[in-house]
Amino acid sequence: MSLWRDIKGTIQPFWVTLRYLFCRPVTICYPEQKQTPAPRYRGRLILTRDPDGEERCVACYLCSAACPVDCISMQATEREDGRRYAAWFRINFSRCIFCGLCTEACPTLAIQMTADYELATRELLQVVYEKDELLIDGCGKNAQYNFYRLAGIGVAAPRGANPGESPPEDIKSNLP
Amino acid sequence: MNDVLLTIILIVIKLGLVLGTVLSLAAYMVLAERKVLARMQMRHGPNRVGPFGLLQPLADLIKLLCKEDLIPERADRWVFMLAPAISVGTALLAFAVIPFGAPLQIFGRTIELVICDLNIGLLYLFALSSLAVYGVALGGWASQSKFALLGGLRAMAQMISYELALGLAIVPVVMASKSFSLTAIVASQQSLPNALRHPLAFLIFVIAIMAESKRTPFDMPEAENELVAGYHTEYSGMRFGMFFVGEYVNLIVLGSMLTVLFLGGWHGPFLPSVGWFLIKILAVAFFFIWVRGTVPRLRYDQLMAFGWKILVPLGLLNILVTAVWLLWRG
Repeated sequence: MSLWRDIKGTIQPFWVTLRYLFCRPVTICYPEQKQTPAPRYRGRLILTRDPDGEERCVACYLCSAACPVDCISMQATEREDGRRYAAWFRINFSRCIFCGLCTEACPTLAIQMTADYELATRELLQVVYEKDELLIDGCGKNAQYNFYRLAGIGVAAPRGANPGESPPEDIKSNLP
Repeated sequence: MNDVLLTIILIVIKLGLVLGTVLSLAAYMVLAERKVLARMQMRHGPNRVGPFGLLQPLADLIKLLCKEDLIPERADRWVFMLAPAISVGTALLAFAVIPFGAPLQIFGRTIELVICDLNIGLLYLFALSSLAVYGVALGGWASQSKFALLGGLRAMAQMISYELALGLAIVPVVMASKSFSLTAIVASQQSLPNALRHPLAFLIFVIAIMAESKRTPFDMPEAENELVAGYHTEYSGMRFGMFFVGEYVNLIVLGSMLTVLFLGGWHGPFLPSVGWFLIKILAVAFFFIWVRGTVPRLRYDQLMAFGWKILVPLGLLNILVTAVWLLWRG
């Protein structure tokens, strides 16, 4: 019985390989055929704008703190109306490991990942992206979200004007 | 005088044709192997160079020729440099006695489609396939490397033990056809190929040539996950290429040996004889590739045990049975 099993076990694999010989290869021939990435694919990073067309980034450094390979750097400044922004913002994609921790850390949903994975270039400095290359005109994901409308202190709208926000208390009227 | 000159010219033409065919066939065998193996694993295989990757052998050749020819500092220089040549040389020389077609009639001259019809052609073949071990063993020895030495040793042990089974497998064929000449052996298979007359010998022979060509189930000498690359670990550039080509030329030679001894040589209906010969060689080569894509590698002791404890006794038994049968039939 065991001999019969051995013979069967020797012959059967040949049938399997012969069958697979006539199957279509599963390979995607990359430069000609391209794979459609998943909607939440972690590719090149971008900086988005809020629905009002202002920069979402408030230069809080959380992304650069979260980044395990330290590829994000920036300099924070403030506009006259009190709105913070990054004077310069730089991502070195030759160090980026596309882990997405920066997007998770971002409180304003400014930094987001796209499905673009074709970053290869022959020039090393071309993979260091500056702010003007990172910043896009649209909102990216979460199109409705505007940080200053929900949490800002009198920057985008006067105090108490945001939805769900009560007007500031008049300290003097509360006197006994 | 004129006749001698013509004979020499004919021999040179035959030599050139056979050499060219065998070498280019070997190069494309590499491509075919990579392609077929890839398809068995649902990949495409090489498809970048030329249409369907058909120029891949050429690209490989250019790459190998342009690579640096490294010789390890403590290697035995001359032996190291000569070993690949032995490997290719013996494989190419072996093709000299193989009849690859029916005799041609051109301008009233009969041209035998074999380079040299030795009356002991079979012994010549075996002598050369034994000599081929030297290329591998010396290459492994001269490299001054553990892995290469182990690979060379394994190759030597394996080839000696399987040569015995190989020799025993062809004895029934020689007894039945009463000749050592390959042309006579082919002629004796006009009605029925030897594979059907001596099925057991055929089986032993197929297994033994698989071991002889150092291919998967029996690719111990170069077992890449144990010995890096076995005997050619230290070789680079065209010297490695020569080992590589030698291996595939050897595959073709063993395939044609199988064809000549067991599959009826160039005999076959409808097609011209050379065509039949090619088809049979290619079929054997496909079978070899198929086996490589299917069967895992044996362990070293299993390999030796299988050779000495199963194949050799079976071969001896087969000779005995065939001898009794031949005597009984008279």
